[in-house]
Order: sequence, then C-alpha cells, then structure tokens
Amino acid sequence: MCAKQVKKVEREVPTTGHTWDGIQEFDNPMPRWWVWVFYACIVWGIGYTIAYPAWPLINGHTQGIYGSTERANVEADIKAFDDANAPIKAKLVAADLASIPSNDELKTFAVSAGASIFKNNCAQCHGSGAAGVQGKGYPNLLDNDWLWGGDMEAIHTTITHGIRNTTDPDARLSEMPKFGADGILEKDQINQVVEHVLAISGQEHDATLAAAGVTVFAENCAACHGPEGKGDRTLGAPNLTDAIWLYGGDRATLTYTVTNARYGVMPAWNTRLSEDEIRAVATYVHSLGGGE
Amino acid sequence: MTTPDTEPQSLYAAREPIFPRRVKGNFRTLKWWLMGFMLAAYYITPWIRWDRGPLLPDQAVLMDMAGRRFFFFMIEIWPYEFYFVAGLLIMAGLGLFLFTSAAGRVWCGYACPQTVWTDLFILVERWIEGDRNARIRLHRQPWNWEKLLKNATKWMVWLMIGLATGGAWVFYFTDAPTLLSNLLHGTAHPVAYITMAILTATTFFFGGFAREQICIYACPWPRIQAAMMDEDTLTIAYREWRGEPRGKQNVAGNGDCIDCMACVNVCPMGIDIRNGQQMACITCGLCIDACNDMMDKIGKPRDLISYMALTDETRERAGEKPKSVWAHVFRPRTIMYTTLWSGVGVALIVALFVRADIDVNVTPVRNPQYVTLSDGSIRNTYDLRLRNKHGEDRWFTFSATSDATFVLSMDGDQGLKVRVPANETKTQRLFVTAPKDSAGALAERTPIRFWIQDIGTDDIPSTERVSHDTVFFGKGK
Repeated sequence: MCAKQVKKVEREVPTTGHTWDGIQEFDNPMPRWWVWVFYACIVWGIGYTIAYPAWPLINGHTQGIYGSTERANVEADIKAFDDANAPIKAKLVAADLASIPSNDELKTFAVSAGASIFKNNCAQCHGSGAAGVQGKGYPNLLDNDWLWGGDMEAIHTTITHGIRNTTDPDARLSEMPKFGADGILEKDQINQVVEHVLAISGQEHDATLAAAGVTVFAENCAACHGPEGKGDRTLGAPNLTDAIWLYGGDRATLTYTVTNARYGVMPAWNTRLSEDEIRAVATYVHSLGGGE
Repeated sequence: MTTPDTEPQSLYAAREPIFPRRVKGNFRTLKWWLMGFMLAAYYITPWIRWDRGPLLPDQAVLMDMAGRRFFFFMIEIWPYEFYFVAGLLIMAGLGLFLFTSAAGRVWCGYACPQTVWTDLFILVERWIEGDRNARIRLHRQPWNWEKLLKNATKWMVWLMIGLATGGAWVFYFTDAPTLLSNLLHGTAHPVAYITMAILTATTFFFGGFAREQICIYACPWPRIQAAMMDEDTLTIAYREWRGEPRGKQNVAGNGDCIDCMACVNVCPMGIDIRNGQQMACITCGLCIDACNDMMDKIGKPRDLISYMALTDETRERAGEKPKSVWAHVFRPRTIMYTTLWSGVGVALIVALFVRADIDVNVTPVRNPQYVTLSDGSIRNTYDLRLRNKHGEDRWFTFSATSDATFVLSMDGDQGLKVRVPANETKTQRLFVTAPKDSAGALAERTPIRFWIQDIGTDDIPSTERVSHDTVFFGKGK
C-alpha cells in the first residue's frame, strides 16, 4: 500500500540536430493541451471564415454568411442614438426659443449636443473654445458684446441664415463703405475720425484732431454706428465705445478699417444643420457666458 | 532493443491522482472551523440588509457597477474615492507579506479559496465514495454501474456547489433578493447567467479535477512567497535528526519515523514532507495531525513533524533549546510589515472619517484663458463638478476669497445657487469677473479660493462647506 518513490528515468530526448556553441536544440513535442488549443483555434478560424468577413480579395473581401459589416454596425448604433434622442429633439424644435435656457431638461440636452455640433462646424472660425480669432474678424462668442444681438432669437437667426453670404437671401446684410479707397473721405478727414473713435473708446488720442472728427463722424458714420458710436445691432454695426474690437482698436488698424472697410461673412447653416441642431448650437452659444 | 530507442516515449506526464486519507487532529479541526466560517461569510454576506433610506440600495455589501458606487455597511465609496480600495489592496498585500514572513504559507494552507473549495470537494468525495482505500479501489476498478453511479452523484454535488459559488458571487453586484427572484424566473440579465456559468465551470473543474495542479502550475503566489520567507519563518518541517533512519521500531539504531506513510497519505498535495521544504507544500498542517496520531499510538513524543523555523532545526540538531514561537514571530521584519500595515490602515480610517459629504472639483476653462468684456473687465470661467453624497437634493452656494476683488456669476437666473440631486454629481459653470483695471485684471495670475457651501434643505439645515484653490488669469503686463 505504501507509495513507492518513483525513480525518474533519464531518457534520451531527440534533438533537431542543430547545434550552436555546443548548445543543442531538443525536439520535445508540444504539450498536449497546447496542441488541442491549436487544433481548436483552426476549427474556430474555419468557422469564423464562414460566418464573418475574413479574407481580402482583389476587389473587396469575403462576405461571410451573416453579411456582417462594421459600417452597418456603426450605422445601427447611430440610428439607435438618433431614435433615442428623437423625442427630446422634437420637444426642442417645438419649444419657444427664448424659453429653452430656463428649461433644465432641454438646456442640458441642447448644451451637450450643441457643444459637439459647435466643435464640428463652428470651431474652424470661432475656435474650439468659442473665443474667435482676436483681431482677425472672427467674433469671440464668450463676451457680452454682440454684433447682431445675443438673445436666443437673434443667435438662432444668425446661425440659420448666416451673415453677408451670397447663398441665403435672408442672410444678415450690411456693408460699410470704403471711405478711403472709394474717395468718400480725404486722408485728413480719416485721421480726424480715427482720433475721434480713439477718444470715444477711452484711448489715448490727439484732442484737436478728435474734435474735428466729431463732424466727420456725425456726417458719415453715425448713420450706422449711432450718434454716440454705440453701434446698431439691426445693421450689425459694432459698438465703437467698448473695449472689444473685432479687427483691432489701435490707430493703424482703425485707419485701415475706415479706408478699406470690413466685410465679414458667415455661411448659412440651414442647408447643413437641421432645425434641432441649429437650436442646440444656439443654446450652447447662448450658455457660454454672453447670452442675453 | 528496448522501446525508448526505437520510438520516443510520450513526454506528457499524466496527473497521478491523489486520494487524501481522512485525518483527525488540531489542525484538521481548525481547518473545519475556518472553512465553515469562510464559506458562511461568503454565502451570507450578500443577504445582510442595511437601511440607507429610500434612494439607495439596502444591501450591506454591494458593488453597484451600474450606479458606480461601492457600499460596505455604513461606508459608501464613490469612483473618485477609489484610493480606499487601492489602500485596502495594499493592506491585503502587506498582510500577506506579514503572515508569510511570520508563519509561512498560512494563506495557502488555510484561507485560499482553492484550498477551501478543494477541501469541501474532497469531503463530498469521501462521503460518496468512502475513505482513501475505497476511493483507490473504485478508481482502479473497471467502469460498472456502481462506479458510474458514485461518480455521477459526486459530480452532481460538485456542480451544485459550483452553482452556489457562482450564484453567490453575482449577488455581490446587484440586489440579492431581486436577482434571486429574477434568476428563478429566468428574467435576470444574461451577464448574471454567463458569470454564474463560468464560475460554476471553474469551481467544478478547479476543485474537482485540477486541485493541487492549480497551486503547482498555475498560481504565481507559491513562487513569490519564497522571497517572503527566511530562516526565522515558521513552516512545517520534519525533524529529520529525530526520525531518521526510518524503519521498524524494534530495530536498534532506527529513528522515531516508522515509515508508515500516514503523512503522505493525508496530504492533499500528494507530497512527502520528509523530503524537506518544497514548493508544492501548502502548509495545511494535516501531516502534523497524522504523524502525532501515529506517535501517540506507538508511544513516542509528538511533533516529529511540526511547525518550526529553519534556525530551530539547526539548534535542535546541535542539542540546543529552540527559540520560542514569539521570538520567531516578533522580529524586525514582521514588526516593519505590521507598522506599514497599520500605518496604511490608520490613514484609511482617518481619511474615511474626515471626508466631507459634499465635494468639488474645479477645472479652470483655459481656452481662452480670459475673456475681455465690453466694459473692459476680465472674466475667467471655471467648470465645477459638485458632488452631493447626501440622500436628498441639496442647494449649494458659491463664494470666493482672494486678495483681489472678483464678482461671481452663473449662467441662468438662479443667482449663485444650484440644486444638486441626491447622490449625484452635477457640473456647473461659474464665471468670475475682475472689474476693469482692478488688481485681478492687471495681474498675470491671482490665487483664488472657491468656497462651496451646502445650505441644506428646509428640513435639514447644513453649514458644511468645502473649498478649492485655483488661479485667476488676468491680462498681465
């Protein structure tokens, strides 16, 4: 009954015949479990080839009997998300624009949906942080200064129809005359009005020239920018008295702007975005800190 | 010519089946109690209830994956507090180091699930097929109705145990009574069934068939443990100087070992402890029981096989008195492990009691760093992640302290107040404005500290508040 100590018999293991520096390569067989796993993998591979797309061909690939494709999977996923979002999108479209920011449910959805729409469509000009490009004419959407208005209605209109584009007849439109290039104002007059603008925006200026500029401003600029230079949102005319400059507020830039005018263009988005998307991105922009 | 020269022998060594004999003694009794206690704890824990109010689960121990919470009696751990779990794992690691350096592989011998479940499976095997000799006989006899019936019964019981094991596991992850009802009605989530099936299969296979092979071939721990042990570590050893030469008692010159093989026959690992310390030994202590029993019968002193350290072996061989157990257990190494272990433990407990029921993370929006407003003031934006760990909705208010003057504002018309739903995290955007040409607007950066105060509810007033330090970016020079 006693277990006997089994003497392990030293056996000759066959070698492959390869020898490097006196080291021989044994020709040990594979472990049995390993071999079975290997066979199982072959069987599985055959099954996979039959069931799923597997082998590349010259034009395309084998299809597999299930006709499964990653593209279809992604499409199904997108459709599932769209279907899940359909009710709240319908609500968003039906809601009164001005009421969206105070509706918790709609706002939460619109801000997160709007953020991704913004990054895909708007960030190219306005920057991923919506800060625009300072001094290059791409407005900063974070501040409390708006060219065409900053309430939900105004933002929605701007996004829908765009600004000064040639594709949408309802686009916001206004045009600043090229006071210098078209010879409307003399060089002296331009210098005077620039000094006046520096004065009303609280910057360092030449008082004599600025005083002379008051008349030039009243006759040429006040029609759009207002008698006090506070701008006019119906015309997209910027407020010239605040600290925010779309193209820059220094003397050289102002002189260039008065001489050659500016003509910032924004495309209409109603051809590319659906109404719910426009509303979502409008809500997002409204929530960034400058919404009115 | 003999066969090895002509055709190569199979190099695959089949497992030699082990039939551990039943044994009685102190260590066996201890192991029964430990097994009972651990299995009971494993099966009963998910069923303990703990009232946490209407919004939270009332299961005392629950890994709520869907809700991303870990509940342990009065403690609730949020995902961002995962360092508690990390701390527990570090404590478990240090605890293993401590026990291993003091008393060898006690984890393997007494507490490891592989050991406990294998023990249970062998118990079942013995009930159905009889003790060692009967099992060997059954194993050797050709297949007939008796062998088939006994094996089938055994496998059925093993499967039931496996099913209960896998079943108990899934109860830790969702409300146990609901899940049990769903399982019985066949309406539980497929993940529950799949998990149970996998755990049933692994329990059945590991406990019934793989057994000691898991310890020897699959588990890394026996190999790591060698590094934890030294000459003062208590481990199970055979007193060779006393036992050898082994053989018949009535032959003069023979040692105390009568070579009865009792220690080998009871060993669940199928090894001979008399060959010395070896990797396959899980130090379960059953050979000590078996040998003591035999020593009592032949009227020799006990402890031919017993717990002792390497230093004891050399001392005893030289005729000196061995060190006491305490001298082995209390030495710089174990004291260091204990200190580290309790240090982590105390730190965790302190952290647990000082943590607030509300919490805030502040992410300054740095794209852009600041915004110039039309009146020339400078505004920074911060994203606040507010956590309300209370069981009801709470209103939070914001304030800030800084050397410079700042005005706080928020999107919306609620003022500086936000409602955070019970047991949830809410992100709130906070605007901080420095008036034109103020110190904050002109400086490049100004330290600012946000205070978030929990103003409670109408019924539950609260003054709890937390702060977070960050920086305000101005225009700079």
